[in-house]
Amino acid sequence: MRTTAVERITEIAIAAFLWAFRIAVVLIVVVGSFLTISSGRYSWETWSSLIVSGLTTGSIYALIALGYTMVYGILRMINFAHGEIFMGGAFAGYFVATALAGMGILNSSPVAAVLAVLVMIVVAAAFSTALALLVERIAYRPLRNAPRLVPLISAIGASFFLQYTFRGVLGPGIYVYPDVSILNQAVPIDFLRLRWVDVLVVVSALAMMSGLYFFVMRTKLGTAIRAVSEDKSTAELMGIDVNRAIVTTFAVGAAMAGAAGVLYALMFRQVFFFTGFVPGIKAFTAAVLGGIGNVPGAMLGGLFLGQVESVGPTLFLDGLNVPSPNQLKDVIAFTLLVLVLVFRPSGLLGERVSGGQRA
Amino acid sequence: MTASAAAQTPSATDWRSVVRIGLLGGLVALYLCLVGIVEVFQPRALVTNIITLGETSMVLAAVAPVFLILRGKQIEPRRAVAIGAVVGSITGAFPAALVIISASINLRAMFLHASPVTTDVLTFGLGVAGVWVPIIGLAAVGALTGLLLTARADIQRPVTDALLALLLIGLFAGVLRPPLLASTVTAGIGRLLLADNGLTIIGAIVTVLVVVGGRIGIRRFGTRSRLDALSPERKRAVRPVSLIALILLVLWLPHGVGPFFAQVVAVVALYVLMGLGLNITLGLAGLLDLGFVAFFAVGAYTVGLLTSTAEYGIAQWPFWAAVPFAVIIAMMFGAFFGLPILGIRGDYLAIATLGFGEIIRILAGSDLMKGLLGGPRGIINIPKPIEVAPDSLLAGPVQIYYIALVAAVIVALVAIRLRASRIGRAWIAIREDEDVAEALGINLVQTKLLAYMIGAAFAGLGGAIFAGLLGSIFASSVTLFVSINVASLIIIGGMGSIPGVVVGAIFLIGIPELFREFSEYRFLFYGVALIAMMRFRPEGLLPSKIIRRDLHAMHEELESNSLDDERSPAGVAG
Repeated sequence: MRTTAVERITEIAIAAFLWAFRIAVVLIVVVGSFLTISSGRYSWETWSSLIVSGLTTGSIYALIALGYTMVYGILRMINFAHGEIFMGGAFAGYFVATALAGMGILNSSPVAAVLAVLVMIVVAAAFSTALALLVERIAYRPLRNAPRLVPLISAIGASFFLQYTFRGVLGPGIYVYPDVSILNQAVPIDFLRLRWVDVLVVVSALAMMSGLYFFVMRTKLGTAIRAVSEDKSTAELMGIDVNRAIVTTFAVGAAMAGAAGVLYALMFRQVFFFTGFVPGIKAFTAAVLGGIGNVPGAMLGGLFLGQVESVGPTLFLDGLNVPSPNQLKDVIAFTLLVLVLVFRPSGLLGERVSGGQRA
Repeated sequence: MTASAAAQTPSATDWRSVVRIGLLGGLVALYLCLVGIVEVFQPRALVTNIITLGETSMVLAAVAPVFLILRGKQIEPRRAVAIGAVVGSITGAFPAALVIISASINLRAMFLHASPVTTDVLTFGLGVAGVWVPIIGLAAVGALTGLLLTARADIQRPVTDALLALLLIGLFAGVLRPPLLASTVTAGIGRLLLADNGLTIIGAIVTVLVVVGGRIGIRRFGTRSRLDALSPERKRAVRPVSLIALILLVLWLPHGVGPFFAQVVAVVALYVLMGLGLNITLGLAGLLDLGFVAFFAVGAYTVGLLTSTAEYGIAQWPFWAAVPFAVIIAMMFGAFFGLPILGIRGDYLAIATLGFGEIIRILAGSDLMKGLLGGPRGIINIPKPIEVAPDSLLAGPVQIYYIALVAAVIVALVAIRLRASRIGRAWIAIREDEDVAEALGINLVQTKLLAYMIGAAFAGLGGAIFAGLLGSIFASSVTLFVSINVASLIIIGGMGSIPGVVVGAIFLIGIPELFREFSEYRFLFYGVALIAMMRFRPEGLLPSKIIRRDLHAMHEELESNSLDDERSPAGVAG
């Protein structure tokens, strides 16, 4: 079709604007970082603790992001309620933790503490899985063939339903996690400020992620999930139980989110009904960042987002004399989302479906 | 034919499905208890000294499954009563179990509402000794529902209507009472029929008599059929009259209902305005914008900065001079935010815009913008749009109501004209299928950008009026919930439809405002409504014709497919 002059001018204006936007962002990042570093206001101590906190929150984001990315890969749907599944896991972990603390197990010895955390993670993962399967059955399955906006809206509804059910049942108050004193002690390393809880979070996140990667790449069910992600109807013709693959995807993603809920709560020591919302959006950002549908991408995206969010405010903004830059860490995270969508909409590792190369 | 009849009879008598639906009802009843609805709604009466809202919720938990299983089935009344009683008693067994368990173990460490108050509601204050109350009570409710559902139509209709009228008037007694009490003539009637909340017993009796009498009157004298029998010319004559009556009602509304409800209707009108704005973005162009609050905030803060006479005001303009700027600046922000993201896939847009809403909220409250926007303390002393004496007809929220109404009418007209235009059809084409639209020569980014900017402009207008309503603007007023409210009201009212927006705003904004004391359940209700809507009526309550046609075409296709699947083995068997 012939384009009118107005359309062409608008097109040029849009392109100019986008370039200006890119240049502005690069300028802020480069100039801000240069000024901050050259000012020498921050010691290695500060930077290292920022990096550690970025690593821990990043691994939690990565665990949540796996659920988003796998569900998106298989159903092309944003599971908006995933953040609430994560919150449910944190609550389940809380009740296990208080019960264990009441029995005096939680702080008796390092081995007991590690075992107790393991029990919390398992219970939380089981609870979150049950919750996710319920949501899938009620709110998503009947809408599988509907236009794309329909399941998305239903997912938003499910998210509110879960949030306010937890609020109704457990009340609006903040639940403070019992203290696991061993986890709060520092790891005896000179050059890093590291607590045992950080080690626990990173190690268990890595273990779960490699387990998931093995499951998706090597097992029969994982192969079925990848096949359904590639092409649902062909997979069905090949004799794959599509429904089972979808349900498994929800279950696995939810188990990761539930475990992440416990890890998150062990780090921040508190949980309430709105806990899942912001980490949920951030984890989705991480999934997009890594390339949606891409399992290693979600892991990388989570870790990257964690670093940007933790180090970014100080590194980019402090040098520009922005007052209290840490208030703006969510702004940086969401700006990063927009940047990814502008610069590289397919994400860092490219959109793939569950690790398999797309033809 | 015979096969389908044979298939229907066993399903009505199938005791397994009866038990299953009873279990479902029981889970719902248990959920209502645990989530606290029974306890929190208990102090509010439906009919004073007879039944409270908490008890009503339990009754409804038994009525609904009986209705579901008996709906559209031909069975003899005795059987229906038996089914109703079984379903009701199974439903009641769950709350009864809760009574027993919460008496022996303290559940309150986990379940806040497994409390003595809930037990009292469930057992009429008898404690564990009254554990039979929910079972027997709900069995009776179920049996009566079964009886009612199989009753003759001339009994069923008046009774159903009377019960519905009791429910509605009982719920809204708090709204109906102040206007009655305002005039000395009707004050006596108001006190006689309505309590502070709920109906009085006399009021309940009068309601039932009026409804049943009216029903019988309609049957006897055939008013309905006489209306139907009117010639088309006469009908056309009736229409303008009813339209004028409706307009007069809308204009009278804030005066008739007392100051608190005037505020409520003003807020509803404001949300109608914003809903109509988002309706262009979401309803016409199909862009799910969850960051509506960003532009709302821009509009509100622009008005605040330009008009405030306090610390952060920069110009001290009159309100009306600032409004056009608020709209234009909101529109510019729409362009600024929209440009980077409108090239991307539709469902990313929801998250990206959600992010924008959060960015604006955080910035507004941050130290970075404190010198400009006042941080958490916000901007105060925003002048009223129309300065009048406090006792004038336009005092307080009433003027906001009228302003929002006029703005909403303007937006509606703009929307109607746009929808019929070339650009409107381009939006609808994009909503239906982006790839096809692009292939037809529609410039996707520019067309979407226009929809996004117009939506943003109307959000800015809404924000400006909101600033005028409150007289101040704080970072804490521009939360995500504004976006969620607006998006939900469109979705539930019916995407792309203007009456749908009005209905959605009344349901989602007006009614929860009237039940302020239960505000913690507002978003629970939204969540249930959104899921239920998507499952059973994805086009919304009052949809536009095109959307209904599309969604139904799709559903019929699906249903005919699934019917085929079910039919084929039955056909073989037959």
